[in-house]
Amino acid sequence: MNEAQRLVELIPRLRRYARALVGDRATADDLVQDTLERAWAKLHLYRRGTDLRAWLFTVMHNVHVNRVRASRLTDPLEDEMPELAQRAPQGDALLVRDLDRGIARLPAEQRAVLLLVTLEEMSYDQVARTLGIPIGTVMSRLSRAREKLRASMLGQPVAAKLKVVK
Amino acid sequence: MSEPVSDHDLQAYADGNLPEERRAAVAAWLAAHPEDAERIESYRRIGEEVRSTYHGVLHEPVPERLQRVIRSGGGRRMAMVAVWIVLGAALGALGAWQLRSMQPAPAASADAAAAMAHRAVVAHATYSPEVRHPVEVGADQEAHLVAWLSKRLGTQLRAPKLDGVGYSLVGGRLLPGENGPVAHFMYQCNRGTRVTLYVRSDMGANRSTAFRYAREGNVGVFYWVDSKLGYAVSSADISKEDLLNVANAAYQQLNPP
Repeated sequence: MNEAQRLVELIPRLRRYARALVGDRATADDLVQDTLERAWAKLHLYRRGTDLRAWLFTVMHNVHVNRVRASRLTDPLEDEMPELAQRAPQGDALLVRDLDRGIARLPAEQRAVLLLVTLEEMSYDQVARTLGIPIGTVMSRLSRAREKLRASMLGQPVAAKLKVVK
Repeated sequence: MSEPVSDHDLQAYADGNLPEERRAAVAAWLAAHPEDAERIESYRRIGEEVRSTYHGVLHEPVPERLQRVIRSGGGRRMAMVAVWIVLGAALGALGAWQLRSMQPAPAASADAAAAMAHRAVVAHATYSPEVRHPVEVGADQEAHLVAWLSKRLGTQLRAPKLDGVGYSLVGGRLLPGENGPVAHFMYQCNRGTRVTLYVRSDMGANRSTAFRYAREGNVGVFYWVDSKLGYAVSSADISKEDLLNVANAAYQQLNPP
């Protein structure tokens, strides 16, 4: 199977991740389209035999960061600010809405780590390479994202500090 | 328990990412620490909820606009890039053309073939970056395409099969040549690189030339003449060796021994 066919096969997974990342369908599909265009144009940079999915998610991550940056040019947000403009909650069931809202309120970089680990079921090492961050950063973002999500789903404020057992 | 259990271990345990040898140690820790066990269980549930919440997206029909990006080799942004590429290639080709006109004229028989090669290069530079309309008739109507071009050129043409060297037919179009109609076939590899085959049928009888190579701008071209038929295989951005490989495959099918 050639790369073009494999790219086409990965489109549903890109759409799933994008939907969870940005919320509404149209914005998510715009992100997927930009990602596919960039990936198609940069396919010569993909090294054959390496993980095409990880490469594609790296492309999507870069495209997403650029899109968010462009939309923030006039309104720089802090690290911990939720991207409410980027991310509109969706869903019908109460639990889904809670989860979706909880994900929407996560800082973008924590959300990306959480989704790659849970949705894409990537290893921490793959997540680190996909996002271009150290594995320690992956772990701390994952830990923080989960604590926030757990607290928001339980309707409780986030615990001040995670207990870390040394 | 050899090593103390860390938060990293607990996260990895929830994700099933923990090495076998650590799993028992963490399980023992969780048995003795119900608060951590409850936390890890909720992490696991969050994972399940996330997967079930977005699972449906995997089975939604993929919008046409997304499939088209891969099928057509790019979209709106690529179209802009393509415009710049074609401008660059056309300017390069023009420059090379002017340079050539200042050089001494080659032998008469080779001249017609070289002129054909120039036209083939310009046609390649013009049409190969086209995103929306690279061809007039697509490969899905190959039989019609070949019949139509054969009729217009007044000779039986063939679109060689180049899948063996990694290029599949995109389609073709009719072009105006120096003295009459020309057939133009376009092929594409899975990376989106395109190769075009330019065929004219008015080269004059009983004249054949060897395989020749020329390069203008970033477009390389292999061309040859077989009695009244002239062929040129052009591409930009692939090596001379790769292009030779493709041209050879075409040559062998068009001029069977």
